[in-house]
Parts: sequence; structure tokens; C-alpha cells
Amino acid sequence: MGEYKALFTIKMNHLRELEAEAIYIIREVAAQFERPVILFSGGKDSIVVVHLAYKAFWPAPLPFPLLHIDTGHNFHETIEYRDALVKKTGVRLIVGSVQETIDNGKVKEETGYNASRNVLQTVTLLETIEEYKIDAAIGGGRRDEEKARAKERVFSHRDEFGQWDPKNQRPELWNIFNGKKHLGEHFRVFPISNWTELDVWQYIYYERIEMPSLYFTHKRKVFCRDGVWLAYAPFMKLKPDERVEEREVRCRTIGDITCTGLSLSKASSLEDIISEIASSRVTERGSRWDDKRSDAAMEDRKREGYF
Amino acid sequence: MYLDMELLRFTTAGSVDDGKSTLIGRLLYDSKSIFEDQLEAVKNVSNQKGDHYLDLALFTDGLRSERQQGITIDVAYRYFYTPKHKFIIADTPGHIQYTRNMVTGASTANAAVILVDARNGITEQTLRHYYIAYLLGIKSIIVCINKMDLVNYSSEPYFLIQEEIIRISQKLPVANLIFIPISALKGDNVVKPSANTPWYSGQTLMQTLEAIPIYNHSHRGPLRVPVQYVIRPMLDEFHDYRGYAGRIESGTIRKGDKVMIMPSYMLSEVTSVHLGENFLEEAYAPLSVALTLKDDLDLDRGCFICQPEQLPQTSSILEVMICWFNMIPMKLNQLYTIRQSTWEAKCKIIAQHYKINFHTLSEENSQEELKMNEIGRFTLKTSRPMVFDKYSQIRSTGSFILIDDNTNETIGAGMIQ
Repeated sequence: MGEYKALFTIKMNHLRELEAEAIYIIREVAAQFERPVILFSGGKDSIVVVHLAYKAFWPAPLPFPLLHIDTGHNFHETIEYRDALVKKTGVRLIVGSVQETIDNGKVKEETGYNASRNVLQTVTLLETIEEYKIDAAIGGGRRDEEKARAKERVFSHRDEFGQWDPKNQRPELWNIFNGKKHLGEHFRVFPISNWTELDVWQYIYYERIEMPSLYFTHKRKVFCRDGVWLAYAPFMKLKPDERVEEREVRCRTIGDITCTGLSLSKASSLEDIISEIASSRVTERGSRWDDKRSDAAMEDRKREGYF
Repeated sequence: MYLDMELLRFTTAGSVDDGKSTLIGRLLYDSKSIFEDQLEAVKNVSNQKGDHYLDLALFTDGLRSERQQGITIDVAYRYFYTPKHKFIIADTPGHIQYTRNMVTGASTANAAVILVDARNGITEQTLRHYYIAYLLGIKSIIVCINKMDLVNYSSEPYFLIQEEIIRISQKLPVANLIFIPISALKGDNVVKPSANTPWYSGQTLMQTLEAIPIYNHSHRGPLRVPVQYVIRPMLDEFHDYRGYAGRIESGTIRKGDKVMIMPSYMLSEVTSVHLGENFLEEAYAPLSVALTLKDDLDLDRGCFICQPEQLPQTSSILEVMICWFNMIPMKLNQLYTIRQSTWEAKCKIIAQHYKINFHTLSEENSQEELKMNEIGRFTLKTSRPMVFDKYSQIRSTGSFILIDDNTNETIGAGMIQ
């Protein structure tokens, strides 16, 4: 085991406590399930989860693969980051393709100006879970993101149809997580449930985690739709009054390119981002098109098996 | 950059209509933790319902059916910050059939906020909430006497409620018991001090929360590391490596420490403590670490790493308090799965001693079976000897859940006495 090099001293604070809780949860997944995956979107939350999992099992490699549900409408920076991460860590990558689900006629592509593949992802996700017999999918969901998520358990049970029943969830006491299930059922597990957006960025800063360039300010071709700045991509349909222009923007969340709102920002470092968020007046999901469809949009998608 | 904050978890409890969701909405709103888009969404819904003022409860009622019925169904977690603290609220419903949620919320809390309607005084629900906070070992209980605006800010109901709860606390003592007159709706004494209660000289709820001692002295307790998972890299570079991964639930550990593995009583020595790639000088509760030991031992999930001088107890007969969560009542001598920390076995409940009567908070000698939301004292027998501590000494090794083998549901929670 070599000799002890420089020894670290750990100072306890809220970040270390959240980290300890998350590592504990990730290790519980490894101990209680046979075929877990980490849902990897390329966004900051899933990047933090991968980092925590790496710490949880070092010096062993990650004991589970990453699962990326690819809508085909990605920022190219996301795919580059994903591939570099896979190369660096040697982790196995499973890709579930929404395009394939569409080509197989399982779902119908939305049309119109606000067409998005965000909702279609659920079908691809559930198919992939079934195909690979995945019994636990670890996600980067946080309870502070959205009202419906605030009620979700850390070990969240899904029936054989992938559905979530918010009124009949297992009570979760102390640090005891009950992952017992019948054949065909699975769990979604959220190790960073108790983190906020600010905690995530503070932790990234603390741990010096490398992030995709999309989170920092950059010049990009964008257009404004109903007050939200969206990235322009050739397959997107513009309304007559919408104009493509170049602006200095950054992503606060990263999802499908069609529904990820960008913020006008000059934040170029982690320090800038942390102070921007600490003084922010709008939630990170405030610019997500997928949540604006109705007041209970997230709850409806989650019941059906969304992330 | 606010990198060094203390984490305080508290739970809130109150009966239906005591204004709990409104109180949390008020805490978030007045501490500026509500964002513009959330405010906008709540204004829209409030207008649609024809409310005359902003319905603060809408910030927390998350599921559509809750918003329609105006009641909270499930435990919801909320987060807010002040410069030195990060707060996690476990918001638990007041509905009687959802009492299990208060036990859930209380199980990880450092403090409990109990709401009492100034007009109604103490109800059975208040007693139940106080008892659960007491039973779950919460050291700080803050009783908020709410709706002071509806009793014209008169001090009389406040002092009556205070007197009665102090009387209860003589039998069921907590370390830190605080009373605050508030109006969640109008904001009195929640974040801002109120001019309407000149007879009250204490702190606001927010000031009180910021001053709560976190009582996290668990790193000074006896060493307990439940082994969660064994790390075996299968890499040339780490050929002989075998790491025992787990969360330090109590105590402190350093390289060179002598340890005893329970339940096998094998002795060994710690050769390293690490968190990811960082080798640590020392590690303490509640960190999740990995340990390596000098000897090649047969050591797996469910074992406990302890100090030879301060060993836990071992027995297959336990005296316990159990709270029941399931529609189907508890059956004596039926086989259940028991999970404590990372350890699991089968068990039977072999004797019933008493049930708690929530009207009087007395121990009632009853042989009637334990039903959902009831709490009682039992003798339990496990299929293999259990390594444990009393709940009052170490929470993690003194608590367990019961699982139904047919449905896989968590049907009860217990604390070892």
C-alpha cells in the first residue's frame, strides 16, 4: 500500500457533511443492488455524483457504468466532456438513443416551435433500464430543484412500469435505506438530494472538479423566445419575429439544447459563478422550458418514470 | 464564498390548520430564500384561487393533490441559508394517519419546531409531536404558539400553553425547551421581532434556530464503524489492497489504532484511513472513509469496527420501543426482517409490554395489537446475536427498521432501550 505520504486534515463543515452522506448512499447502492448505473447527463449534478462515486470506491475503479440518455439534440461540448471522462476513468458507458426510439416507431416526435425530445427521453430511459436489467439508477436529482422533487425519497421505488407513486413511498429513517424489491422493479437513488445549487458549486470549487466549458461565459449564437435565451441550432424552427444574434452567455443547467435556457453572464471562473448564484433572484429551473408547460409539469413526468 | 457553514436539520410538526406550511413559507420568504420565478408561480395560483393575500403555504405544498386539498401529504425537505448556517427542514404533515412521517423527519433532526394554535391550546396531536421528538432523542424543542394575531396578541394563551408543556417536560425531559409567540401569516417573531408582543422578551424563531447547539459531539463517543462494503480493486498496483468502507457513526480513528471487530472479537490495527485518494491524519464521525487493517481478516458488510476498551453490547434478546407504520397491525411471533445500520437478520417480537396513550402520555398495559401510528414497548428476538448500543447513547447502532418479507415495505421503526 506504499507509505503514508502527506496526511490530510479534514475540517468539518456543511460540504463535508453532505459529501459523507452522499458517499454513504452511493456505497449502499453498491452493497444492495446487482446492476446499478449512474445516470449521466453531462450536467454539473451528474458530474458531482461521478466524482463522489470515484471517491467512494478508490482505489478500485467505479463499480458501475454510466448511462447517458442521448436525445440527439446535445450541445457538442457535453459529448466531448462525456467522452473525455470515459477515457480518463475507464468507466463503461451505456448510451440509450432517443433517435432509435423514434426510428423504431415507439414514440412520435413533437412538432411545432417548441418541439422538444425532453419528454420522449422517459421512454428511452425505461427501455434501456429493461434491456440492461438495471435495478438501481443513481441520479443527480436534488430536492431543492422543484416542488415535486422535494418529496422524493433518497431510495425512490419504481414499480415494474417504472412509475413513481408519491403517496405511497417508503418511510426513510436515520441512515437506513431499504432497497428491497420484487423482480422487474427498480430504484432511483439520489445521493445529493440534500444539496442545493449553491452547495454543488461550492463543492466543485472545493474539490477542483473540472467542468464543461458551457458553464462559463462564452460567445454563442442565441435567440430570445418569450424572455428565455435559447442556443441556436440548425434544426430549430424560428418564429418570424425571432432573430439569431451573438451574445455572452453561460448555462446554469445543461439539458437538451432545445429546452436549456442560457443566462446572459460574464462569469468566467468558479468564484464568479458562486457569487452569481449566491445573489441570484431566479431559480436554475426558471429558464427550463420543460417545467413551464404547467404548474405540475415535473410531477406528471416523474410519475411516468422521468429522471 | 460561504464555504464554512454549519448544517442544522430540523423538523416541523403541527396539526392540520396550525399553519405549518405558512410558517415555512414565511421563513423562506423573510430570509429571502424565495426566488422571483417561485414567487411569480405562487402569485399566479393565489390569484386564481381568489385569495386576498399571498398564500405562503403554496411554496411548500408540492404535489398537485396537496395544492387542491390544501393539506400536506408527505414529508418534504426545504433548504435555506443564513450567513453561518445551512438549514434543512423536514416538513412533516399534521394529519393523524401520516404520523409515521413525523418519526421519519425527527430521525435525522437536531431540533424540532412544534406548532400550537393559540386559540385551541394543546391537543392530542401536540402531545404526540412532543412525545415523538422526545422519543427520537431530539435535544432542542421549540414550541411556536401560532396565530397570535387571532387572539389579539394576548399573552394569556401563550403562558397557558407554556405552563402545560413544562409540566409534561418534567416527566419527559429535553435539554433545550423554548417557547415563542408567533404569527406565521403576519410574520410576528418569525424572522422579524414583533412590536405586537411587548410582553415577550425572547428571540425570534430565526435567531433561536441560529443559536441551536448542534450537539454533534459524536466524534468524542466510542468508536463505531459499521462496515458497508469491502473495496477490492483487482488491479496490479493495489494487488493486496482490501479496504473496509463505512461511515464513522461515532468516535475518532487514526493510523496505528488498535481495533476490535464485532461480532467476531478479532483484534487488529489500522494501517491507513483514507477518503478517496487522500490519506487522513485522523477521521471522525460523521465522515465516510475507507480503512485498511494490518491483518487479513474475514470481515464483511454488517461487521462493526470498534475500540477494544469500549465495546458495544451483544445479544439476541432486545428491549425496544417500536413505532408501527403499516395498515396491517404488528403480529407477535411473526417473522420480520430487521435492519440495523448495515446489519440484517430475521426477528420475532416475542412480548408486548405497553402502548403509549397519546391523550395522557401514559404507558398503557394493553395486549391489543400495535396498529399504524402507535408506539409501544416490546421484547424482540433476533435470529443471530445483534451488536448494538442503547439508542440514547448512539443513534445509529441503537436504531433499526422492520421490513415485511412479502411486500418489502418498511413497516416499523425501533429504538433499543
